[in-house]
Amino acid sequence: MSLKGSIKVKDLNFYYGDHQALKNVSMTVEPRQIVAMIGPSGCGKSTLIRVFNRMNDLITSSRVEGEVLVDGVNIYDKNTDVVSLRRKVGMVFQKSTPFPKSIYDNIAYGLRIVGIKDHRILDETVEKSLKRAALWDEVKDHLGKSAMSLSGGQQQRLCIARAIAVDPEIILMDEPCSALDPIATARIEELMGDLKDEYTIVIVTHNMQQAARVSDKTAFLMHGQIIEFTKTTDFFTKPSNKITEDYITGRFG
Amino acid sequence: MKALIHTSFERTRLRRAIWDRAMVYILSLCALGILCILFLIIFHLFIKGVTSLNWDFFTHLPKPVGEKGGGMANAIAGTFTLLGLAVCVGVPIGLGAGVYLSEYADLKFAQTVRFIADVMNGIPSIVYGIFAYIVCVLPMKGFSALSGGFALGIMMIPMISRTSEQFVRMVPGQLREAALALGVPKWRVTVDIVVPAALAGITTGIMVALARVAGETAPLLFTAFGNHYWQHSLTQPIAALPLQVFSYAISPFDDWHRQAWAGAIVLILMVLLINGWAQFYVMSRGRWSAGK
Amino acid sequence: MSRQDTSDIVFRRILAVFPISILILVAGIFFQLVSSSQLSLHKFGIGFLFSRVWDPVAEQFGALPFIFGTCVTSLVALLLAVPIGVGAAIYLAEYAPPKVSKAISILVDLLAAIPSVIYGLWGIFVLVPCMRNNIQPFLGKYLGFLPFFQGPNYGVGFLAASIILAIIIVPFIISVSREVILAVPSVYKESAYALGTTRWEAIFDIVLSYGRVGILGAVILALGRAIGETMAVTMIIGNNVVISPSLFSPGYTLASVLANEFAEAATNMYLSALIEIGLVLFLVSIIVNILARVLIWSVTKGPGNVVK
Repeated sequence: MSLKGSIKVKDLNFYYGDHQALKNVSMTVEPRQIVAMIGPSGCGKSTLIRVFNRMNDLITSSRVEGEVLVDGVNIYDKNTDVVSLRRKVGMVFQKSTPFPKSIYDNIAYGLRIVGIKDHRILDETVEKSLKRAALWDEVKDHLGKSAMSLSGGQQQRLCIARAIAVDPEIILMDEPCSALDPIATARIEELMGDLKDEYTIVIVTHNMQQAARVSDKTAFLMHGQIIEFTKTTDFFTKPSNKITEDYITGRFG
Repeated sequence: MKALIHTSFERTRLRRAIWDRAMVYILSLCALGILCILFLIIFHLFIKGVTSLNWDFFTHLPKPVGEKGGGMANAIAGTFTLLGLAVCVGVPIGLGAGVYLSEYADLKFAQTVRFIADVMNGIPSIVYGIFAYIVCVLPMKGFSALSGGFALGIMMIPMISRTSEQFVRMVPGQLREAALALGVPKWRVTVDIVVPAALAGITTGIMVALARVAGETAPLLFTAFGNHYWQHSLTQPIAALPLQVFSYAISPFDDWHRQAWAGAIVLILMVLLINGWAQFYVMSRGRWSAGK
Repeated sequence: MSRQDTSDIVFRRILAVFPISILILVAGIFFQLVSSSQLSLHKFGIGFLFSRVWDPVAEQFGALPFIFGTCVTSLVALLLAVPIGVGAAIYLAEYAPPKVSKAISILVDLLAAIPSVIYGLWGIFVLVPCMRNNIQPFLGKYLGFLPFFQGPNYGVGFLAASIILAIIIVPFIISVSREVILAVPSVYKESAYALGTTRWEAIFDIVLSYGRVGILGAVILALGRAIGETMAVTMIIGNNVVISPSLFSPGYTLASVLANEFAEAATNMYLSALIEIGLVLFLVSIIVNILARVLIWSVTKGPGNVVK
């Protein structure tokens, strides 16, 4: 059985009203890889990551052309159920978004909405997810406390644990560390390495070092186009494109 | 575990989707229901009142029971008189307080007064009526236009204070600094530069407050009291449109009921016109631009 | 230079009179209400609040029927207005196209601007006949086994007053709740979506739970309005001193007894008792408003940001 969690983008064009935010984007993300997307701000990297779980649907003037296949199924097909798509493709945002509930209820929320009420299962999943997100030891004695009382780094790991709890195949991370201090950032990066054995991870980052540290492949976007998409080791050591080279050596951006 | 989440998800999927869809209809019905009530009220106002709206309504006094026709000329004039008196009480105090809070007060004092003003806004209007009764009607030994105007005026104070403070605060700091740099004392800057600059906003605030008290009935019940004739002195009871609508509405006579509906149309148009004028004023003058 | 300084100080002192006069005014209202209700305060003491006798001829006064009426009508009004108002606010903030939402919001503001005497007029001639001929017979037929829907059907009464109150407070609940819902950053809704929630689940479980304190503040403010609302209630509640479980029964509220009887209070004791009712109304509305303001301020971080 082939692994689940692949993304294949074919000739994608994306518009906000008249503005074209993505131009002819094609790329393939293999299962259980970490793909980093970098580029100057406004280059379309956040738009692209939000295409993968159709989060852009919320913007009424947006329009998509082309295909995005998740596990071989076009998610922009008319018959796609966005709710099940998003259960499969989880997301962690730049700003941590703990719900105004207890730590326990934050993690259990995704299970409760699908009708799982059995306490044993909930307890077990909460523990497993928090352990997986390396937060268990810090919070196990006060799961009933409000999630808002956690520190910024803890909140972000809580959001990762919450995403894991519904058992996705792909986790999208939109600049997950940009609001965190270096120590908290290091913990999240370490966590991503651990999660790779079970999940495909796509991360948008403005930090090239972070992309180099965590990812298997790196995509470089500019003006809505993919300039270069290759193995991270190659990307930073021998970029094939002049623009990429200029960017990573800090000549602009 | 994976299988469990997956099967639960599939099992509940349809139910959740239906519920999600149903809520769209339920929520839009809530909005629609409220619109229907609004349209019903306007519809009834129109069909029941418009037949009695004629020239006489604006120019004649009420007729005694049994005689047809008559109007509410005295009540319309009375409402304007009361509003004029209310402005005399409400505007100086409200505006003065607003300017002080924006330009001079320290944070704590400003917050306290703002808090009290907000709470004051929530005091039922009939309580203001009682207060005006105690401090005006009892000492003057009689109902009067003055006491009614006083009751409406103090109701306006917290509203005007809040809005004028807000608009005075919006005047850019550079404007003050530029004037102060010329060596003008601060109080002259406040009076000559800052308040005029905020005038459009302040006026809007005053008009919105006026529109709110124009429809008030409760504080007038035992202050202005009402009057079936022209009043000749501010120390006499005075008619007011909302009072007249009230007393006609609870009367047993069909003809008076029709007059009440007509009065209601005039009253609501008055309130909307003052409100609309205020909106227009703020739009045509910009937010803080100088009110020359 | 020193002349400028003195003129500034003088101006500042004069201007300070105005905000201080607001504080004095509120204190003055309280003081006047207390001192003018001395007769009644002395004679009946705290028992005034718990006695159900209101007999102007025998000069026996108790406010319980009015407190009861105010509580019943306000609570039933909230019961009707809160779900519909919050529902409409959700629709306006989350579902309606921006232009539709804007248009409806203007109409809702229009509803809020209608003077309460006009609601009363509409209540007398449209709502009350409808209550008598349609709504109350219907409720009596299907829910008549409950004590709330029994008894003679006059049309006027607690239920009619509650419905008109609900209509009066609903625009207020809508506009404040809409603001509160719009103020919740959309990233929270997106995080819910990312867990595979439906739109309604994201709104109900997440957006509303972020906004719940603000909405609660709005509801309490609306309660304050309902408690103090006078004219519309006076015109259709039926003005009857009674404590009855039946919502069909004509009743009285604190505000409506003032509107009805104040001008004709013939004796000092009668007047004093009525003013004491005004005092009760004053204190209750102050408490309710302080509660609501504190709640709303805790959400908007300070008194500067709330306009109305």
